[in-house]
Amino acid sequence: MGKRIGVEVSIAAAEAVALANVDVIAAYPITPQTHIVEHLSELVADGHLDAEFIPVESEHSAMSCCIGSSAAGARTFTATSSQGYALMSEICYIASSMRLPIVMTVANRALSAPISIWNDHADLMMSRDTGWIQTIAENGQEVIDLTFHAFKVAEDHRVLLPVQVNLDGFTLSHMIEPMNMPDKAEVDAYLPPYKPVLRLDPSKPVTFGPVGMPDIYTEAKMAQDQALRNSKAVIIEAWKEFGDKFGRYYKPVETYKTEDAETIIISMGSISETAMTAVDHLRSQGKKVGLARIRLWRPFPGPELFDAVKGAKNLVVLDRAMNFSGGDSGIVAAEVKSILFDQNHHPNVRNFFVGLGGRDVTVQNFEEMVEKASTNGGKPVPYEIINVRE
Amino acid sequence: MGIAAEAIKDFKGFNLKNMPEVEPLSPGHRACQGCGEILALRQAMKALGNNVIVCSSTGCMEIVTSPFPQTAWNVPWIHVAFENTSAVVAGVEAAYKAMNRKGIINQPDVTFLAYGGDGSTADIGIQALSGAMERGHNFIYICLDNEAYMNTGIQRSSSTPWGAATTTSPVGKKSKGQSTWKKDMPGIAVAHNIPYVATASPAFPVDLMNKVKKASMIPGPAYLHFYSPCPTGWRCGGEESVAVARMAVQSKVFPLYEVIDGQYVLSRKVAKPKPVADYLKMQRRFRHLTETDIQMIQERIDADYAELLKKCGVEA
Ligand SMILES: Cc1ncc(C[n+]2csc(CCOP(=O)(O)OP(=O)(O)O)c2C)c(N)n1
Ligand code: SF4
Repeated sequence: MGKRIGVEVSIAAAEAVALANVDVIAAYPITPQTHIVEHLSELVADGHLDAEFIPVESEHSAMSCCIGSSAAGARTFTATSSQGYALMSEICYIASSMRLPIVMTVANRALSAPISIWNDHADLMMSRDTGWIQTIAENGQEVIDLTFHAFKVAEDHRVLLPVQVNLDGFTLSHMIEPMNMPDKAEVDAYLPPYKPVLRLDPSKPVTFGPVGMPDIYTEAKMAQDQALRNSKAVIIEAWKEFGDKFGRYYKPVETYKTEDAETIIISMGSISETAMTAVDHLRSQGKKVGLARIRLWRPFPGPELFDAVKGAKNLVVLDRAMNFSGGDSGIVAAEVKSILFDQNHHPNVRNFFVGLGGRDVTVQNFEEMVEKASTNGGKPVPYEIINVRE
Repeated sequence: MGIAAEAIKDFKGFNLKNMPEVEPLSPGHRACQGCGEILALRQAMKALGNNVIVCSSTGCMEIVTSPFPQTAWNVPWIHVAFENTSAVVAGVEAAYKAMNRKGIINQPDVTFLAYGGDGSTADIGIQALSGAMERGHNFIYICLDNEAYMNTGIQRSSSTPWGAATTTSPVGKKSKGQSTWKKDMPGIAVAHNIPYVATASPAFPVDLMNKVKKASMIPGPAYLHFYSPCPTGWRCGGEESVAVARMAVQSKVFPLYEVIDGQYVLSRKVAKPKPVADYLKMQRRFRHLTETDIQMIQERIDADYAELLKKCGVEA
């Protein structure tokens, strides 16, 4: 039945990858992801994990190696953050277009300049349109569980897309938390060996990555889009099976005290734990506040999110990455507004940028945001950056 | 004996009587007439046979062999991007290693080949290539050197020779074409201490194929540099490309040699070299060069060749 452990979340993430019986890991160090691949290399060095560990010379090559490895038919993993993601991004698009079930953990970190090694969601937002399935963990247990789920979904023949598991750098990756680590037999029962549909094999030659002339490119992209859309049902199914086997149930959007809420905060990642404390605090003052947390970011769970927030008068939407649209919405807020628009539902949406480059976000900040949203009176307001020093 | 010498000690070469009939790279591709790259690649593939996985860089050889839904490849082939073919092949090789060891597959004898143009090799992909050679993956890398970025329309690369006119090293009032000397890519490969490095030319197919075959027998990385005329970019006739390639060797412009376990071995000594001017004359990319320019190039070629003979321990 697994065992209760208390370790750093990065170490747990690496242990989960090892339990998933991965064949090839290609990786390059970058803070705050480093502990994950360091620990994986130790597991390989000690013989606890039978895998090829390729210490590549750049993240661009890490993702390229992963493509080669996955195309050859091996279960494949890498991890990165921030600038590392930026360098590999050219190849990330190719990984999803070639329908390769690579799994990557991203310990989320801000993007330069100024150089900042601390957490925000700049890398996550940059990777939003790469065609990868993307999940976001709130705590250590989710990091472990989403890792198994990632391989399960990626390698499903109805999906065959790469999956990115996101966790907040430092504020989650470097925390020591109590977690339940499943045992090998349990993971094996959930996660069958990878069986590629096509692979690079001289006994059955195939061509991967040919030239797409204008008369085929559109169709190829349409098929890829369809695959991402169709993956949602499989993602949910895989969470159901996970729950039935491990007793921990997950869904695309998680809610906390939303049933009668007038004001709902929409968040992603570990910051949601602070948000829940703020919700409790505000509730104790008689304020009807709730939280909706996005766990599945791509494919975007529009209907689920709408269901979660449709009863509220005010929405507090958090963005944790600068996006320089020059307009009046962060990326998360723009997505939220688009689902409201489609349903002709117009609650008061207030968009706040918080926690950029590792800036602390406190319970008090949440209370301030909720207050602003509920006193706004429904007039559109551009986004606001919270906690800016004078 | 070094690992390369050990691996090829029983090597029996190809000759005109035992040419393999396999064509892993089939006819019907879309390369220009007289393309030296496709010729060299075809010869290499004949030498390797069918038990091979090929990783292609972006460039002419990718474009002309793979427009979907057609493919000229009878063996598994993958193209990912321009600068990363060495990293892709490293991933394929590692996957085979892991899967063979874990009993997931039983295919221990597959050969892994990566190729790229000179731009891919000497410029944008040099980092990934260096990384893969340094880590010692068991693969063959072939640089198809046509001395420019041809796929995007004849722009200069660091492998373009001094004085060559390209679309980004044009001849003008203040320019004689390419202003730098050709980067010594085989030398850079040798500096990685890999077991096998060689140069070859499609004008000498038996020599080329034997080098490819040896590379496939040697464990670890092997780097092959193929001189590959491009009639389109060099402004010569398609029917002349093999003659140009032969002249490059005969004029000492492109000497043929191997470096086995770090030991230089001359493949053929050019006893009565033709003048470099004869080589340059065959291609309109050099037509603006003056007598003085050609003299300077001749001196440089002579010096480089003398240096090579020294490394090979051959009397001048
Ligand atoms: C990152 C990136 N930059 C630029 C290009 C455009 N590009 C494609 S092929 C090529 C040149 C290829 O030259 P070379 O490697 O010498 O091969 P050749 O076509 O001459 O065989 C360039 C610049 C690209 N595909 N990717
Ligand atoms: S442009 Fe040159 S290298 Fe490219 S296919 Fe034509 S001849 Fe070959």
